[in-house]
Amino acid sequence: MDKDAAIILRARHAYPGFSFDVDLALPGKGVTVLFGHSGSGKTTALRCVAGLERASQAFLSINGEVWQDDAAGRFIPPWQRPIGYVFQEASLFAHLDVRRNLVYGMRRTAGGVDAAEVDRIVALLGIGHLLDRAPDRLSGGERQRVAIARALLTRPRLLLMDEPLSALDTARKQEILPYLERLHDALEIPLLYVTHQIEEAARLADHLVLLEQGKVLASAPLSEALARLDLPLAREHEAGVVISAEVASHEAEWHLTHLRFAGGNISVSHRPLEVGRAVRVRILARDVSIALSGDHASSIQNRFACTVTSIAPADDPAQCLVGLDAAGTRLFARVTRRAVSQLDLAPARWVWAQVKAVALLE
Amino acid sequence: MPFLDAQDWAAVWLTLQLATTVTILLLIVGTPIAWWLAHTRSRLRGIVSALVAMPLVLPPTVLGFYLLLLMGPNGPIGQLTQALGIGLLPFSFGGLVIASTFYSMPFVVQPVQNAIEAIGPRPLEVAATLRASPWDTFWTVVVPLARPGFLTAAILGFAHTVGEFGVVLMIGGNIPGVTRVISVQIFDRVEAMEYAQAHWLAGGMVAFSFTVLLLLYTLNPQARRSRAHG
Repeated sequence: MDKDAAIILRARHAYPGFSFDVDLALPGKGVTVLFGHSGSGKTTALRCVAGLERASQAFLSINGEVWQDDAAGRFIPPWQRPIGYVFQEASLFAHLDVRRNLVYGMRRTAGGVDAAEVDRIVALLGIGHLLDRAPDRLSGGERQRVAIARALLTRPRLLLMDEPLSALDTARKQEILPYLERLHDALEIPLLYVTHQIEEAARLADHLVLLEQGKVLASAPLSEALARLDLPLAREHEAGVVISAEVASHEAEWHLTHLRFAGGNISVSHRPLEVGRAVRVRILARDVSIALSGDHASSIQNRFACTVTSIAPADDPAQCLVGLDAAGTRLFARVTRRAVSQLDLAPARWVWAQVKAVALLE
Repeated sequence: MPFLDAQDWAAVWLTLQLATTVTILLLIVGTPIAWWLAHTRSRLRGIVSALVAMPLVLPPTVLGFYLLLLMGPNGPIGQLTQALGIGLLPFSFGGLVIASTFYSMPFVVQPVQNAIEAIGPRPLEVAATLRASPWDTFWTVVVPLARPGFLTAAILGFAHTVGEFGVVLMIGGNIPGVTRVISVQIFDRVEAMEYAQAHWLAGGMVAFSFTVLLLLYTLNPQARRSRAHG
């Protein structure tokens, strides 16, 4: 991974009651989610990349360009870094209308931005009808969309987002997530995205960095990180894996859409998606059960052959997490310890994973 | 009898010149101090805040007395101004400007400081991520967002300078056309038992002060808010 690493951040700083010490090498494209609970240092890491926070000993390089190197006395101030930053809460300038907010950064960008690009970004975020409004006459979701557009209009080479959805209610979140997913597909630049919501990570991340108390616990591709039973992520109530799949076919009679992934097939309720389209499927550990044979008549129809890779304790002493490998696709199940004992589960054993529920993330 | 004679008009004109000069000077000097007080984590913050606020509690004569000593022929400022060929500041318009600037400082620094603190660090960070340098940010973000604070500061600084008396008497004395401002002129009129003239000037000051404060509270949303909350 190091040879693809385009973002290198090594930073150390002692804050009151919290020591921040990270060493990260992140991919130069796609979405990297910095995940952790409050106080984990995820926002600090993002602010260090932006230059808003200055760690006392740090080295930061983006695509070979050094932005901070305290050993060499180098620190590029934030306003000279080609970044776009979206803050947690509404951060539009209250004294400017939407259009002037958008223009603020654009006008200060070397080389400017051509009109076609402006139209494209305004359309991408669906804010064309808001241009003459004052920020206080926008909804929370609209404000965040304008803030994202404003950041994009500076033609950043790196986009940074600090919990952009956390100030919004569930309905507003669902309003913005599709725009973020569109961004994920449309962006050619890397995006660092801070969140403590596992659902956002599952929907957006290509790469996941897990932080705890200022330290990096893991930094890996999303599916790999989510399937690791040794990380605290696996012990969350919403723990589960994300599998990349593609739309294989539709079955009108049963109103089903069939998805194909490396380890088998999954059926979900019909979705109007074209065949061949890449999708993400999220499978929660608590929705996976284990059977020893696959020929049982069962109402659970999504099942595939796996080998057991590992067995780890869950936070509840009555339960275990069982790691599974379906032809290279990793997932895990939360089952009782008694079941593990009665089924005599052990690493390398062949079993059938039965999946009660899947969430299709487009 | 004309309601104001030439001497009165000279005092009015001088007062307006003084207050305008002092207000401009205060905005230039007071804004960096207010900015520093709003952002610093230095231990000096408390000391500087206290020094700036001193004129609020000190008798103006005390401030005038020390400034007189400092700017006098044996004071450090006096020696400096003499060495620079400016001469001595006491009993001159320049001396009055300097003394008034100190005297009205808290009326400008505090509203500007409050306004800057109310903006908070976030808009400054946002501007930085949008390629604006700190200087650029100051003019395009801080000044527009803190406009009510600057307006309050300018009005209070101006009005307070118009109304001062003790400092003027200590530093400026009573030289017609040079240091004799309205408040001193009123004092002279009363001393000379010319109550009718004193009334015109004093009544004018009452009307002026009321109008200024009325404008401040009706036009300025921030003052209205802080009044409502405070």
